Amino acid sequence: MADRYLEPDSPELRARWGNFAWSQKWADKAKAAVARYPEGRQRSAVMALLDYAQRQVGEETNTQGWLPIPVIEFVARALDMPVVRVLEVATFYTMYNLVPVGRFHVQVCGTTPCMLRGSDDIIAACEKRGMHHGHTTGDGLWTFTEVECMGNCASAPMVQINDDNYEDLTAERFDAVLDALARGETPKAGTQEPGRHTVEPAGALSTLTAMVNENHDYRGEWQ
Amino acid sequence: MSLADKDRIFTNVYGYQPWQLSAAQARGDWDNTKDLIARGRDAIIQEMKDSGLRGRGGAGFPTGMKWSFMPKQPPLDAAGNPRPSFLVINADESEPGSCKDREIIRHDPHKLIEGALVAGFAMGARAAYIYIRGEYIREAEVLFAAVQEAYDAGLLGKNAAGSGYDYDVFVHRGAGAYICGEETAMIESLEGKKGQPRLKPPFPAGAGLYGCPTTVNNVESIAVAPTILRRGAAWFSSFGNENNRGTKLFQISGHVNKPCVVEEEMSIPFRELIERHCGGIRGGWDNLLAVIPGGSSVPLVPAAQIMDCPMDFDGLKALGSGLGTAAVIVMDKSTDIVRAISRLSYFYKHESCGQCTPCREGTGWMWRVMERLRTGEAHVDEIDMLQQVTKQVEGHTICALGDAAAWPIQGLIRHFRPELERRIEERLGSLQQAAE
Amino acid sequence: MPKLKVDGVELDVPNGVTVLQACELAGKEIPRFCYHERLSIAGNCRMCLVEVKPGPPKPQASCALPATDGQEIRTDSEMVRKAREGVMEFLLINHPLDCPICDQGGECDLQDQAMAYGRGGSRYHENKRAVTEKYMGPLIKTAMTRCIHCTRCVRFSEEVAGVDEIGALYRGENMQITTYLEHAAKHELSANVIDLCPVGALTSRPHAFELRPWELKKTLGIDVSDATGANIRIDSRGREVMRVLPRNNDDVNEEWLSDKGRYQVDGLMRRRLDRPWIRRDGKLQPASWQEAFSTIASLNPGASIAAIAGDLVDCETMFAAKRLVGALGSRLVEGRQTGMDYATDSLAAVNFNSTLAGIETADAILIVGSMVRWEAPLVNVRIRKAAKRGARVFLIGPEWETTFGGDFIGNDLSLLGNLPEAVTRAFGDAKRPAVIVGGAGLGRGGLEAALSLSNSLNLVRELEDGTRWNGFNVLHMAASRMGGLMLGFAQQGGIADLVSAKPKVVLSLGADEVDYTRFAGSMIVYIGHHGDKGAHAADVILPGSAYVEKAGTYVNTEGRVQFADKAVFGPGDAREDWTILRALADAFDVTVGFDSFEELRAAMIAEVPALGIEGLADYGSDLPSGGGSASGAIAYPIQDFYMTNPIARASEVMQRCSAELLHGEDFAEAAE
Repeated sequence: MADRYLEPDSPELRARWGNFAWSQKWADKAKAAVARYPEGRQRSAVMALLDYAQRQVGEETNTQGWLPIPVIEFVARALDMPVVRVLEVATFYTMYNLVPVGRFHVQVCGTTPCMLRGSDDIIAACEKRGMHHGHTTGDGLWTFTEVECMGNCASAPMVQINDDNYEDLTAERFDAVLDALARGETPKAGTQEPGRHTVEPAGALSTLTAMVNENHDYRGEWQ
Repeated sequence: MSLADKDRIFTNVYGYQPWQLSAAQARGDWDNTKDLIARGRDAIIQEMKDSGLRGRGGAGFPTGMKWSFMPKQPPLDAAGNPRPSFLVINADESEPGSCKDREIIRHDPHKLIEGALVAGFAMGARAAYIYIRGEYIREAEVLFAAVQEAYDAGLLGKNAAGSGYDYDVFVHRGAGAYICGEETAMIESLEGKKGQPRLKPPFPAGAGLYGCPTTVNNVESIAVAPTILRRGAAWFSSFGNENNRGTKLFQISGHVNKPCVVEEEMSIPFRELIERHCGGIRGGWDNLLAVIPGGSSVPLVPAAQIMDCPMDFDGLKALGSGLGTAAVIVMDKSTDIVRAISRLSYFYKHESCGQCTPCREGTGWMWRVMERLRTGEAHVDEIDMLQQVTKQVEGHTICALGDAAAWPIQGLIRHFRPELERRIEERLGSLQQAAE
Repeated sequence: MPKLKVDGVELDVPNGVTVLQACELAGKEIPRFCYHERLSIAGNCRMCLVEVKPGPPKPQASCALPATDGQEIRTDSEMVRKAREGVMEFLLINHPLDCPICDQGGECDLQDQAMAYGRGGSRYHENKRAVTEKYMGPLIKTAMTRCIHCTRCVRFSEEVAGVDEIGALYRGENMQITTYLEHAAKHELSANVIDLCPVGALTSRPHAFELRPWELKKTLGIDVSDATGANIRIDSRGREVMRVLPRNNDDVNEEWLSDKGRYQVDGLMRRRLDRPWIRRDGKLQPASWQEAFSTIASLNPGASIAAIAGDLVDCETMFAAKRLVGALGSRLVEGRQTGMDYATDSLAAVNFNSTLAGIETADAILIVGSMVRWEAPLVNVRIRKAAKRGARVFLIGPEWETTFGGDFIGNDLSLLGNLPEAVTRAFGDAKRPAVIVGGAGLGRGGLEAALSLSNSLNLVRELEDGTRWNGFNVLHMAASRMGGLMLGFAQQGGIADLVSAKPKVVLSLGADEVDYTRFAGSMIVYIGHHGDKGAHAADVILPGSAYVEKAGTYVNTEGRVQFADKAVFGPGDAREDWTILRALADAFDVTVGFDSFEELRAAMIAEVPALGIEGLADYGSDLPSGGGSASGAIAYPIQDFYMTNPIARASEVMQRCSAELLHGEDFAEAAE
C-alpha cells in the first residue's frame, strides 16, 4: 500500500547505470517485442522494454530488478520516445519498481477475496519475519508489498514472489515457502493445499472426472 | 439438471492434461478450422448472434452484434490505402473475484487462439492483440508458447490454418493497472501510453487501436466461439434462460467450503451452484451473510435474496446487482462486511487512473469515509453524505470505474445501513463510557 | 448545418462543432477547466457537463461531444446543476484554502466557478492532499497542491510548443504534474502554461507576491521583441510596467507570447537613460536638454546628417527622423543596422507573403537561414502546425533543434541554385509550397537567389479554390523592419552608404547593433532608452521612450500594420522620441510640418497611406524575378535568445534565463 516514488537522480546513480545497455538475451527479446507492432508504432513496445530492462537490472543486482532513471532514459532512446512519456508509463503501472527491491519481492494480495480467506494471517506472518510494507529487509532478501487482486481468487489467499504464485496459503504454508526460498530451493508453485491440483474443488471433483487420468475427447458424446 | 461434461467447452480447465497443441487438438481444438472460416463472415456472425452469447467480460453485450459493428469495407487512410482492423482480446483479468481467463490461458490456450482467428476473420481484422495482465507471468509464458506453436503449425500467419486468410496473433503484456481492462484504456496501453480511458465517441469500432477499427472482446467470449460454431447456435442457446444463454465459467471465492472455478449452465440457481461444486457455505446456509455475485464492481446481495436466484444477467439485475464476470464472492456471518467493502473501495482508489475529477478525488474520499465507518468513527449523517458522494461519482466519469467504485458502497448502504449505524453508536457509547 | 435546441431555443450551428461550442453560440456560458480552444480535447475535468437528448440518461461532457442534428441540450436543468456542483466539490476537497496568498487570485477560474457552483461549506473532513512543489525553471513558480490535473500544461508543451517535457506521473489521487526530473522548462514559449493554468498551480515566478490583477492598468500594445508583432496587454501600476500578457489575435500570435516578449519588461526599470548626457573629454557627463541641443546644433551639419533606426522603434519615430534629416537636405536614413543591403524596391520581395496564419497551410516549406525558434518563436508554432498536418520541411543552415522535424540539407547558400532532388520532388508534389528566407539568408545574394526559386518552384499560384497563394516569405527579426522599409528608411547600399557619406551628425534612434567605429568622424546622437551599446558610443544622449511609453505604429514581418497605445510615462527626463526630434528641428531651425503627435501621424499617413489602415498592407503579389547566384556558409545572427535587444539585456529575468537555460548555470532551487 506504500506510495510510489522515484529513486532520486544522483551522480552515483548515473555512474552505476549511465552505461546501461542490453545484454544479448534482452536485446533479442526487445527486438522481437518491437516487431510485434506495425512499423512506426514502436512505442507500443515500451511496456515490454521497461519490463526487460527491469529484469536485466535484476539479473545484474541479483534482485527482482527495478528501473533507475538512466535505464528509463535508455528505453526512451531505444524507442525514440520523449523520456517524460516513458517516465509516465513507468510510474503509472505498478509492476515497475521505481526503487531498488530485494532478492524476493513478496507481493501479498490483500483484496477482499483473499482477505476473506485469511490474507491477514499472511501479512501478519510477514511482519513477524521482520518484513514491513514497502520496505526491503536489511539482508536484502525480502521486499514486502501488499498488492491488489492478482486473479487467483478461487485459490486464495495467495502471494506472488517474483514470477511465481503460491496459493491456498496458511501462515505455516507461507512460512514454508519463504524458508525454502531463503535456503535457495525452488518450492513448488501454485496451490499449497495438499491434494489439490489447481482450481478444482478440493477433494472430489464435481465435474470433468474423465480428464484426470486421460486427455479425454468428449466429441464422441456430442449429438 | 446439471450441465453434462460433454457439454462443457473448457474440458481442460483444471489443467490435468497438457495445454500444448497436440493435446488440444486431441480434445477437438483446431479441428478443420478452415471449414469454419469457409462459412464466411456473415454466416459466422449470424451464428454467434443466434447463439445468444453475451460478452463474458462483465457488461454482457451481445457478442455477435459487437462483431457486426466492424466496417464491412475497410476505411481509407489519408493516402487512400485501406486501413487495417484489429481484434483486441481482453485478458487483463483484474476484477477482484475474477479468475477464469487465467485458467483458459494456462490450461486451454488454443481455444483462445483458434477463437482469435475465427473472430478476427469474422470482423475482417488483420491481427489480434491479446492483452494479458502483467501479473499473469507464467500464464503469459504459456500463451506466448502456444501462439508460437500455432504459427509453427501453420495455423496462424499467412494462409492461417489453410483458410486463405492472412492473420496474426500477438501477445501484449500489461504491467499492473486494473483500468487497462477498460477497452479504450487497453487501446491506449497497447499504443505505449498510460492506460487512461478515451472519450467516446469515437468508439473503437470506428477509431480504436492506432486509429483503426477495433473490437475488444473478453477472453472467454472469444474462446467459446469455435465450439459454438462447431456445435451450432441451437446447442449453445439450449442452456440458460431466455436472453441469458449458454455455458459460463463461474468463479466462487470466499466463504464456501471448496472455492473453485467451474463451467456451468447459465441461470443455474445460486444454491445449486454452491451445493453442487463448492461443498456448501462454510458453516451452513444459515451462516451465509451476503454475496457479491459478479466481481467487485457489482453491489452485494444479502443471503436471503440470492439463495434461489438464477445466476444470470437478468436474474441478478432484478436484485439490483449483476452477473458481471460471474465472480461470486461469498461472505458468511463472520465477515466484517464494512471492511470487506472498504477494502474494495481502497482497490478502486488504488486503481483510479487519475484522469478525470470525480473518480480521482471521489475514490479517495469514499475510501476514507468507509474506513471511518468501519470503526464507527463517523457521524450518522455521514452515511447519507457518503451515499451522495457515490452518486456524484456515478455517471459523471469518462469510464465505468467511477460507477464500479460507487456501486459496492451503495449496495452496502442499501442492505447494511443498520450495521453502519450500530458501529457509530457503539463507538459513541464507548467514548461516553470512557468519559464518565 | 445541424439544427439543435439549447435550453429550448432552436439554432443552427456549423458542421463539426462540439456541444460546448453550440451552447456558446446559443449564448450559454459553459464552465470548463480542461477544455481550451487551441489544445486537444481532454474531457477530464468534467465541469462542462450538460444534458443531451438523445443519449444516455446521464450528463455528458459537452467539450467532447459532437453537435448533431436534432439534439436537445439542457444547460440549466437540475441534473446539470447537481452534476457541476458535484464536480466542483471534488475539485475543491483537495484544493488548499490559500486563496488569500495565491497569486492567481482575481484571475482564477476555480475561484470564479466556485462562486457559481460551490457549496457554502465543506463536507470533507479527511486530511487534504499535499503535493511537493516542482521546479520548472526561472519563469514558472509552482504550487502543485493547487493543481486540479486539467493537463492543459502537458498538452501545450506536447502539442503547441513541441517540446515534450511536462508529464503527469503516477496515477489516481497521486497523479502529479511535473517537468522531467524537475528540469527547467527549456523552450521559448514556456511561460504560456502560466496563462493556461486555470488555478494557481503554475504562476509567474518573477511576479510572485508582487501584484494583484485588479490594481493594474491595462493597455493594449504590440510586442517588439521580434518581428512577429504579437498583440500584448501591458499591465502597469503607477509608472511601472508590472507584466505583459498576450492578447488573442488569431492572425498573429493566436494567444501565445514568447518568454522574451513577456518577461523582458523588468529591463524597463534598469539601465535607463533618464537625462541627457554629453561626452566631454571622452567621458559622458550629465547635461540639460538645452546644453545637449545646442551642442548638436553648434555643429551646424546641414545636409551632412544621417539617421539610423534601431530594431524596436515605431514608424512615427522613423518618420519624424526622416522628416528632420530631409528638412536639412539629407536622404541618409537606414534601419538595417548590421549592414544588409538587399534591394527594397519591391516590398513584396521582402515580406512574409503567405501570412503567419497562412504558413500553417503550406505543404512544403524550405527555410533558408533562419533559426525560427529564436528568431520568431510564434512563427515556429505555425510551422510546427504545418508539419503536423503533413508538410515536408527542409532547412538550409546550421542544424538546430527544431520542434517540427524537418531535414537539414546543408549549410551553404549555394544550395539555393542546386536544390537536392528530395526538395524539388516534395515541392513538385506540393499544392502550397513555401520558402522562408531568414535574416541569415538575405545577404550575399541569398534574397535574389531565393526569389528566382519563386519562379522555378512556382511559389505564386492560384489554388484550386480560386484563391491566390504566395509562398515567398522573408522572416525578419526587427519589429521596426517592415515599417522602416515602407517609410523608405533604407539606402541602396545599406548602411555603407551612410559610412561613405561621412556625415557630421548621426542620429541613432535606439540603434544598438551598429558598428559605430565606422562613424569615427561623426557626432553620434543617441536617442533611446537604455544605456546599451549605442549609448556607449554616443557623443550626445537624448533620453527617449521605450515601446510601452509611447503610442506608435508597427508593421510586422507579414506587412501587418498595428497600433500600440502608451501604457506608462518614461522615467526622469525621458521624452517621447518624436518630441525630441521635433525639438531638434527647432534647434536646427528647420520645419518638419508637425507640432503634435496627431499631426505627425497625419503627415506620415499622407506619405504612406497604408500605415493608416490597421491590417495587412498590400504590396502586390508580383515578385521580382531575382537571379544570380548566392554562396557562403550561413551563420545565424542570434547567439542568445534572451539577450537580443537593450531591454532584454537589462532584464534580470532574461539574464537569469540566459545563464540558466542556455549556459547551464545551476539555479535550481529545492522546492521552496
